[in-house]
Amino acid sequence: MNIATVFEIVLASVVLGLAIWTIAVAETYSATVGFVAYSLLVALIWVRLDAVDVALTEAAIGGGLGGVVLLGAAARLRDAEALTVEQASPIVRMSAAILSASITAALAFAILLLPDPAPTLAPTVVANAGATGMTNPVTNVLMAFRGMDTMLEKVVLLLAIVGVWSLASDRAWGGRPGPRHQADPNGVLAFLARLLPPAGIVVGVYILWTGADHPGGAFQGGAVLASMWLLVIMAGLADTPPVSSRWLRLILVAGPGLFLAIGLGGLWLGPAFLSYPAAFAKPLILGIEVAMILTIAATLGLLLAGAPERSSQ
Amino acid sequence: MLPPAPALATTAGGFLLVLSIVAPVAGILLAFVLGDRHVRQVAFTVIPIGLAIAAAILLAPPESDGPLVYLLGAWPPPLGVALRADGLSTVMLATTAVVICAVAVFAVTDFRPAAADARAPFAFWILLLAIWAALNTIFVGGDLFTLYVALELLTFAAVPLVCLEGRAETLRAALRYLLFALLGSVLYLLGTALLYGLYGTLDIVLLSRRVTAVPGALIAAALMTTGLLAKTALFPLHLWLPPAHAGAPAAASAILSGLVVKGSFFILLRLWFNVMPGLPGFAVTQLLAALGAGAIVVGSIVALRQERLKLLIAYSTLAQIGYLFLMFPLAVDASGKLDSGGALAGGLLQAVSHATAKAAMFLAVGSIYAGLGHDRITGLRGVARALPLSVLAFALGGIALMGIQPSGASLAKELLLEETARTGQWWWAVVLQAGGMFTTGYVVLVLAHALMPSDQPVVLTGPTPLSRDLPALALALCSLLFGLMPWERYLPVPYGAALKLFGIDGLVKLLLPVLGGAALAILLSPGPLPVISSASWNTLRSVVGLCRRCSVEVGRRVERGDEVLRQWPVACISLLLVALLLAASMFASN
Repeated sequence: MNIATVFEIVLASVVLGLAIWTIAVAETYSATVGFVAYSLLVALIWVRLDAVDVALTEAAIGGGLGGVVLLGAAARLRDAEALTVEQASPIVRMSAAILSASITAALAFAILLLPDPAPTLAPTVVANAGATGMTNPVTNVLMAFRGMDTMLEKVVLLLAIVGVWSLASDRAWGGRPGPRHQADPNGVLAFLARLLPPAGIVVGVYILWTGADHPGGAFQGGAVLASMWLLVIMAGLADTPPVSSRWLRLILVAGPGLFLAIGLGGLWLGPAFLSYPAAFAKPLILGIEVAMILTIAATLGLLLAGAPERSSQ
Repeated sequence: MLPPAPALATTAGGFLLVLSIVAPVAGILLAFVLGDRHVRQVAFTVIPIGLAIAAAILLAPPESDGPLVYLLGAWPPPLGVALRADGLSTVMLATTAVVICAVAVFAVTDFRPAAADARAPFAFWILLLAIWAALNTIFVGGDLFTLYVALELLTFAAVPLVCLEGRAETLRAALRYLLFALLGSVLYLLGTALLYGLYGTLDIVLLSRRVTAVPGALIAAALMTTGLLAKTALFPLHLWLPPAHAGAPAAASAILSGLVVKGSFFILLRLWFNVMPGLPGFAVTQLLAALGAGAIVVGSIVALRQERLKLLIAYSTLAQIGYLFLMFPLAVDASGKLDSGGALAGGLLQAVSHATAKAAMFLAVGSIYAGLGHDRITGLRGVARALPLSVLAFALGGIALMGIQPSGASLAKELLLEETARTGQWWWAVVLQAGGMFTTGYVVLVLAHALMPSDQPVVLTGPTPLSRDLPALALALCSLLFGLMPWERYLPVPYGAALKLFGIDGLVKLLLPVLGGAALAILLSPGPLPVISSASWNTLRSVVGLCRRCSVEVGRRVERGDEVLRQWPVACISLLLVALLLAASMFASN
């Protein structure tokens, strides 16, 4: 048994333990903290499985921004929680436990029976990488082979924004999302909000750029940019933009919009919708990704900021 | 020999499938940027274009020439994604276009972008286009993961529609819907991942050639089916449906009840009839139809006990969803394989008829609500005189839903009854007939109140423009005349099936559900009945009284049971239980 195997066994048991603790613990706030830690460790498992792209996304979304959303919700619920403690009956709890265990067993059974070596499209993806001029297979799948799915996922993000905004009161419609944050201008948060963003922006752009040939891409880069933006907002150094701002709206549709326009170009001039001419494939895809990183950063930031609450004046 | 058409190359006219998705998506993006004042204009620019695209697909070369196919990015599956439209897709695309169009006309006055209150119109028109884009993607998507993305698109478009009014109870209903729908998504995605791990492709045509009855595939099928059932709100996984469909604004309810639940249902058809027709087998189809029968009984009885019209129609949707699942056991052929024949055609026709009729009914109730300022069923006296067109639309929609000739529902029922006779499963014929009677029951109940003359003139509290009543009437008439359409071009309907509707036994088919339904309405509705309370019925009253007291008591128990099933812990346990039962019954037949 080498050191890697020992590490994997420890990692797996800690993840399982954290998962059980997250379910079992009564207090929402503790469960949220447990979930964030769980998510970061799951990202480590993805690294061990050589799925670095997935690991980056899991850490950024599951552990990072998802964690922020959940912590915010837990903080808001903390006062009400004491009043609404509902204890399900023992029969319900027992049957839930038994049924969940059976489903888990069936899933484990199905996973263990999967063929080995697994049938995979990975060699085909690598063999067709020449069509785009990029060597990161994940980027090729997302941007070329399954471009339609990626474009529609960006529309889902836009709908999430519409959904969150539609929760505003009619009076606050068109105003700025979330509360106006105030922080001590000489405090640690304001200091970090001045110190980190320059480096964070460089890292985000680097993750996007390197995504052509190495793990990374618009989503992970966008998540880093979004967290930098949120840091500045929370430190009170900048305010959220009013949702009626035309610029904001343009940035929010830039990614799917450009994707759609280039896709239609392929339908009009080329062989098919979402096909790229071989000579321009890489610059076109990079163009879409640049638009997408802006869209993703703005979307994630605004999803965390919440519904419009204050008029824009 | 392999089938000659590989369905793996783009066909002429395939680009129409791309356009059917791209047009509403472009509309969403444009409406979002142009903002509050222009959203409605953008929607009304996109809607005629979308309608034209659906018509063009409808008129494309018929099914015998093979489905329309388009390879996105010119990448053939399994590497790329294909869009395909067979007869089923074509019919659903056209119905969706018609319903969206009618609802948009209805919503013109309700969601007028004014300067002061622009939030609801902004969200409504964008979400309407988004639902259209999502449904079109579901109908033409040829890849299980693309269908997952479309399902997410559909959920994220449907949930905010529920809480457009922003009242606390609608927010609660929307959150309920969101959480349960996401549980469904997770189960579907889990099954999809298992299938990819087993076969290395998610393309529907390629999968159908590779799938065998190995345990992994059966577990994947059970998980995906459970997820889709949760999203379709099949009994007992319906905790989110009544509050969501009853609480939304009328135009949104029409879309949610008429179209959105058909999206996940359509993916279920794809999964079972196209991906794995050989897998499910006898036991699991019986289980699905049994859940459907449960939905019909519980949904209808609770519908008959509602005091508010919108809730009655929401529960009617619950019952009608159950009706859709009766086709599964009837489609199993002698070798235990699901056969895309008359049963599938009947089921799809039922879905299409329900989409149009139910949308019409929700729109009509929206007009009545706007006119009276309430929708209490006992307070409907005299409304037929005050709002004749709205009541007419409701009545026609209801008649179409009951399965009176020549409605689409009557043709669907005819096809399904033929299949019960052919396969010798008489018990489903009983359920089919009972379903028709229950439908008649709650429609008659509402009409009995609405058609009674009122002592005082009815005071209208709001305007009742024609733009609200005409789309409802048009949809109801569509559903009522669906039995006469040339379906054989798109669906496996035997030629001249519609003519059978008018035979000499047509009168029996007409009277049976009407009389049975009237009896059920009298027996199961707890409120005062306008017919019963009139003096001439006094002698009969004492005879009926005892029966009625017993059945009202039964109805009360059923309603109480429904309340228990709609609690979170119980609903989640039902979800797990359904998954396990589906898996167990599939393992039993393979």
